[in-house]
Amino acid sequence: MSDASALIDNEKLWVLTEADLDALEVGAAILGTGGGGNPYIGKLRAREAIRNGHKLSILPLDAVPDEAKVVSLGGIGAPLVAYERIKEGREGVRCIRALEERLQIKIDAIGCEEIGGANAMEPLIAAAQAGLPVVDCDGMGRAFPEMQMTTYSIYGHRSTPSVMCDLHGNVVIFDHAASELWHERMARALVVSQGGASTLASAPMSGAFVKKFGIPHAYTHAVALGRAVLEAQRTHADPIAAICEQEGGRRIFSGKITDLKRHMRGGFVFGEALLTGFDAYAGDEASVLIQNENLVFHRNGEMEVVVPDLIIVLDIDTGTAITTEMLRYGQRVAILALPCHPLMRTPAALEVVGPKAFGFHDMIYRPMAEN
Amino acid sequence: MYRLGIDVGGTNTDAVVMQGSTVLAGVKASTTEDVTSGVIEALEGAIEKAGIDRSKISNVMIGTTHFTNAVIERKHLNPVAAIRLGLPATACLPPMVDWPEDLREAVGYNGYLVRGGYEFDGNPIAPLDEAEIERIAGDINAKGMKAVAITSVFGPINRAMEERAKAIIEARCDLPVTLSSDIGRIGLLERESAAIMNASLLSLSTRTVDAFAKALKDAGLSCPFYITQNDGTLMGAETVKAFPVLTFASGPTNSMRGAAFLTGVKEAIVVDIGGTTSDVGALHLGFPRQAATVVDIGGVRTNFRMPDVFSIGLGGGSLVRTAPSGKVTVGPQSVGYRITKEAMVFGGETLTATDIAVALGKADVGDASRVANVDRALVEAALAEIVRLLETSVERSRISPDLIPVIAVGGGSILMPDKLGDLTVIRPENFAVANAVGAAIAQISGEVDRVYALENGLTREICLKQAEEEATGKAIAAGAVLETIQVLEREDVPLAYLPGNATRIHVKVVGEMGGTHV
Repeated sequence: MSDASALIDNEKLWVLTEADLDALEVGAAILGTGGGGNPYIGKLRAREAIRNGHKLSILPLDAVPDEAKVVSLGGIGAPLVAYERIKEGREGVRCIRALEERLQIKIDAIGCEEIGGANAMEPLIAAAQAGLPVVDCDGMGRAFPEMQMTTYSIYGHRSTPSVMCDLHGNVVIFDHAASELWHERMARALVVSQGGASTLASAPMSGAFVKKFGIPHAYTHAVALGRAVLEAQRTHADPIAAICEQEGGRRIFSGKITDLKRHMRGGFVFGEALLTGFDAYAGDEASVLIQNENLVFHRNGEMEVVVPDLIIVLDIDTGTAITTEMLRYGQRVAILALPCHPLMRTPAALEVVGPKAFGFHDMIYRPMAEN
Repeated sequence: MYRLGIDVGGTNTDAVVMQGSTVLAGVKASTTEDVTSGVIEALEGAIEKAGIDRSKISNVMIGTTHFTNAVIERKHLNPVAAIRLGLPATACLPPMVDWPEDLREAVGYNGYLVRGGYEFDGNPIAPLDEAEIERIAGDINAKGMKAVAITSVFGPINRAMEERAKAIIEARCDLPVTLSSDIGRIGLLERESAAIMNASLLSLSTRTVDAFAKALKDAGLSCPFYITQNDGTLMGAETVKAFPVLTFASGPTNSMRGAAFLTGVKEAIVVDIGGTTSDVGALHLGFPRQAATVVDIGGVRTNFRMPDVFSIGLGGGSLVRTAPSGKVTVGPQSVGYRITKEAMVFGGETLTATDIAVALGKADVGDASRVANVDRALVEAALAEIVRLLETSVERSRISPDLIPVIAVGGGSILMPDKLGDLTVIRPENFAVANAVGAAIAQISGEVDRVYALENGLTREICLKQAEEEATGKAIAAGAVLETIQVLEREDVPLAYLPGNATRIHVKVVGEMGGTHV
């Protein structure tokens, strides 16, 4: 198959530099809201792609033709496996080629499922190898634990036929899933047999659909966020203030972790971090409920911020995001809350990504944007 | 019985003689190129000052920043063959991919990727390609490399392939081999980088440890000696020859542990003020608080547990200057080791932080009359700046509003005021040799870090207990006394998205060194 799509105007592409990747690493980790996996390995792989002469390019949303075929792609599996058993490197491009073969189509651009965490990098690497751009949007605007939790699935995209590839060269096609949830369940079962980390590309979406239902400007946003933090670190300014300013977010707590409970249920990490406030928050107690990501923030027993709004735990001095598995007793952290995108808080979206979807049946979502 | 603690730093070599919890004598000497003569000068000085019979010294503990400095300065590093077992996994990121160019060159940049390695459940990714290892052995000999580092994917879960590859190499090359599973935890690139740095230091570590041994022998000391590692616990001298990277953070650890010991305080902020910089960190339960994020050594990411210490550019030799705006600055530039020539009180022409302390009557070193005419307003402004720098750094390390004390150690601690904000400052006796004291009191540890599958009746509690017993066994094998063993770290982290409730368990125990339990 030929590489570059005739539909795409190459003049409009934003070609990423190594400095952009450094900023994306920082921004994606923050948007990971505690989960999504560490983007460091992905950044190194993306950097190697640049050094090997590949172009990592972003296609602005307004330059996506309505009839373009956009395939979203990402890593699926356990972040810790990805950190130790690093990928072979061409899993993503094998997914793209297998999907083209199965559907007898030519893919025009790659999409991002999840801008938070490691999956910000995966589409860039696969797209560069395939000679395609990545559309500047994603399906979450943050990180979530399951595949059906994207705006693409929520607003009607059926993600099969899909292709899953591992590092051994195995290629699996999910021809049809009865629902998005079935797709997630079957893929999750298969990934275990492939060693706990694989790459999956979903059925193509139209450019028109992506423009309407993707969370816009995901890459522009994550890179700008990362740049703000790196700049603040360089000039010894307060990185946390820089994030709030950049994101229209709010610092909701500064404190020290005084207790940490974690346990497993059904393959996911559940837990709770308890915090004691200091500085402006001295005298306050807070907690963060965790299911891979940070989901609910309570202050003095009152729920204040809840999923799908973003709850971000940062090292108080450097502004570096702390993932849920890196939380430790005694850490000094700042907690920020950022409003989720309006597409994530419609009744249809809240069915899939609201507090009830995570088993918090007594909690009602109240948008922090309106507080 | 007595213990001898020695700290071999980049500039100074310090020695202390201790009896139980009493410091009998402390002496500072200069570090020498051959290491040996500096160590002899310091320890002879300390033994003489303490007036003890050297045959009654039961243990010698040495702390050194020698290996860290070698990596930071890119000196004394050997070319290494970095062999990774994992193909087809990991093909996209070869060994040393994220290292600074100059360090990569210093160790030869010889990376080899071989079929092999394990999945998270211990099954092979691919059978080990033994023929390829044999071919690599030929290449190693042809290119004259000096050491080998072998890293297998999920090596900490199953080390059989690392061991097999080592046996093949050793049958063909007469070279030392480092296995990643002996050094680090899960996290392939960080563990592999640590193994490569370790292999590159093996000649230096052998030379240095031999120099220590010679110094002790020349001084007529025949007792066993130990070297302190990152967490403030001890390793036998032979272990350090094989694993020099485990000493990387021992400098700040020793000064903080020493500060805790000298004051008897277990919760405090420690400020170690040297000639050019000050290291600031928090003590919790008498041990340094550990850093939460990845620590970088010489520009390379590692996943060692390191004390959460940060440095500011303030020390005894810091330059005191007035900016064009009229603002008085102190540091970060310093006269460094030239302080004894260049500071005003020592007859020089440069106004330093030490001169300010003398001018204020806070310190009695050099010739105070030489700073008697320094402008009083300048002296006061410089003092205010010194206090501001110290206050900011202490505030950063403070983990609670509790009024814990600040412990000032190091040669430059004359700069420290008696109170810092609302915190009281303690300046222990022997503050200048806290590092050597930290070495003298170090304990022995044992550690286990592994992924367990919690199934078939195996519970979290059973696995934690197994890990604790195994760690205790390791500590005792390394010289600890069973009755003194206590658990320092116990951590279980469930792994997301894996079946069988895979859980990573990390247990570390510490105990007193045999024969030093007093």
